[in-house]
Amino acid sequence: MSEAARIHLKNAQGRHYRAATAFRWGALITGGALALIGLSKRSKSGVAIATAGGLLSYAGAKAGAKQRDLIARSSILLNCTPEQAYQFWSKFENLPLFMRHLESVTLLGDTRSRWTAIGPLGKRVIWDAEIAFDRKDDVIAWRSLPDSEIYVDGIVKFRNAPANRGTIITVVVVYQPPAGAIGGVLSRILGKDPSFMMRQDLRRLKALIEAGEIPTVEGQSHGPRSSVAAFARVLNPDDPIKGEGNLTDIANARRRAS
Amino acid sequence: MKAVCWMGTEKMTVENVPDPKILNPRDAIVRITSTCICGSDLHLYNGLMPTMEQGDIMGHEFMGEVVEIGAGVDREKLKVGDRVVVPFTIACGRCFFCQQQLWSCCDNSNPNYWIAEKLMGYSPSGLFGYTHMLGGYAGGQAQYARVPFADVGPLRIPAGIPDEQVVFLSDIFPTGYMGAENCNIQPGDTVAIWGCGPVGQFAIRSAFLLGAERVIAIDRFDYRLQLAEQAGAEIINYEEVDDVVQLLKDMTGNIGPDACMDAVGMEAHYSGPMWAIDRTKQVLKMQPDRPGVLRQAIMACRKGGTVSVPGVYGGFIDKMPMGAYVNKGLTMKTGQTHMMRYMKPLLELIQGGKIDPSFVVSHRVPIDKAPEMYKVFRDKKDHCTKVVLDPWADGVRVAA
Ligand SMILES: NC(=O)c1ccc[n+]([C@@H]2O[C@H](COP(=O)([O-])OP(=O)(O)OC[C@H]3O[C@@H](n4cnc5c(N)ncnc54)[C@H](O)[C@@H]3O)[C@@H](O)[C@H]2O)c1
Ligand SMILES: [Zn+2]
Ligand SMILES: [Zn+2]
Repeated sequence: MSEAARIHLKNAQGRHYRAATAFRWGALITGGALALIGLSKRSKSGVAIATAGGLLSYAGAKAGAKQRDLIARSSILLNCTPEQAYQFWSKFENLPLFMRHLESVTLLGDTRSRWTAIGPLGKRVIWDAEIAFDRKDDVIAWRSLPDSEIYVDGIVKFRNAPANRGTIITVVVVYQPPAGAIGGVLSRILGKDPSFMMRQDLRRLKALIEAGEIPTVEGQSHGPRSSVAAFARVLNPDDPIKGEGNLTDIANARRRAS
Repeated sequence: MKAVCWMGTEKMTVENVPDPKILNPRDAIVRITSTCICGSDLHLYNGLMPTMEQGDIMGHEFMGEVVEIGAGVDREKLKVGDRVVVPFTIACGRCFFCQQQLWSCCDNSNPNYWIAEKLMGYSPSGLFGYTHMLGGYAGGQAQYARVPFADVGPLRIPAGIPDEQVVFLSDIFPTGYMGAENCNIQPGDTVAIWGCGPVGQFAIRSAFLLGAERVIAIDRFDYRLQLAEQAGAEIINYEEVDDVVQLLKDMTGNIGPDACMDAVGMEAHYSGPMWAIDRTKQVLKMQPDRPGVLRQAIMACRKGGTVSVPGVYGGFIDKMPMGAYVNKGLTMKTGQTHMMRYMKPLLELIQGGKIDPSFVVSHRVPIDKAPEMYKVFRDKKDHCTKVVLDPWADGVRVAA
């Protein structure tokens, strides 16, 4: 990463982007993938974050702007090969199995897909996305189509972990909620800390791939609960309740993971 | 079914709750034949562990018969009808930690990983009946339990061995054994063990099995010290001596014990100004732990020795004698027990007649008596060492 970019990054995101983050992006870039993607243009915003340089200049451009991007970023070690991890992720229909805010992803063609996110009270946000870059067993980048209601750019990178410990995946997704109702729903879905949500998602992915199922205590027996605690749980915005479908999801996930 | 529920600090009740269901493909349902109250449960009874919720089902030391298995359970490992002991740690068997035999550190068994992560940096494995921070799993002080990853944990027990001899493979026997193994015992070693509760009792016997020359056991209840003495330990009643650390020095030619074990944990009793400070902080919920024994163990341990801590702690502690720890070059080993590493070899010890774990049982009662037995066990009344509950004692199946 160039020194200029580093400074950009620092200034732009302040406390969000620390040295470690710059380092992580550095690692992605030296992976070579992003350089290959080339600069892509975003008609509405001129944003091109599918490139590393793009993200940086984007971050720079956003500094001082009213609208805040929501950045979800995390990584996790998976006890499988990069090929297996890539295979699972590259089927975008699999993502709702572990990304709790996603209700579905359906394919619209070879590179296009429709994403439905679901938030508190069953409010939905829908957007179409396309694959921006795809290199087998190494990296996948996607972005929402220019005329979508929200902007989403995501990238996942698969790397061999040292000493045959499996695969380290690093994921960054940048959301730009529009002003108004849809933006509000999206912000509620992602919560105060989108990276926290991503961490939970990746942990579910890890359990799914390694253990074949996602650990749960939903639906187990218990004695009489206090109504206060039950109320608090309903109100907790960081833990959107998606409904009853947990077991089917998990059963499906298991089938697909194996 | 009947289940012992945590309804608040010092409030346990036996409730009628729905029978457990299979929730995940690798689950099994076990019909419980014997289940126990553990010293760890007392930390919950006393309200010292954060993230309990009213209605939580207690218990993590149980055995029984498999009555149902999920579609994902490996049939080679477990089938309906098997008689099993269920370990208190829940482990997936396939993550990095499970493969390193660090079973109680499994990465994939705590659905509430993030809560523990906040407190400890990373989460250990999920546990039965032991706070939402550690999974929120319904426990086994009940007539039935749901057992996740059932092809990893449960150990099959052949017919003919009574429950009482094997049920402690679910926790305290392996825990005492790992505590002793963590002492890094060399021929001729002296091991000092604080706490002669069930964990301490198994630790004493395991230390001898692992070749310790001397074991010095410390407690204040004579009936527990007597059990320790029966196993060959020298004993100290700490309430009858001025200074335990000095006495340990005197007993070892001023060298100190080669290893010191804290088998007491966060609810140690002691006196003096530090007691007042630690107890006050605990009451004010500023510090969940009273680390008096840990401090003593560090002070007493010989230079270059090992401090083993099977006793449970919940959070941060003050006045840790770090100077002593560093300057004496000590090693500390800790952990919830890596159950699956020990269950089978220890079963073989039992089968070979090397040890009969039922020596520790002092009370056998129907599950309906659990609430009062919590108090008896906590207050060490009625010579209580270990309580085994029979979930079916009155023979009546309670429909929910
Ligand atoms: N690491 C694990 O996986 C694991 C598993 C089971 C239990 N434990 C922990 O082990 C500890 C002991 O469990 P237990 O079932 O034997 O409990 P217990 O309450 O029956 O025994 C504790 C004993 O410590 C004694 N004690 C208190 N203060 C003392 C002091 N200052 N010096 C010496 N002895 C003192 C008490 O008199 C009591 O006999 C608990 O903290 C429990 O949570 C850990
Ligand atoms: Zn226990
Ligand atoms: Zn595991």
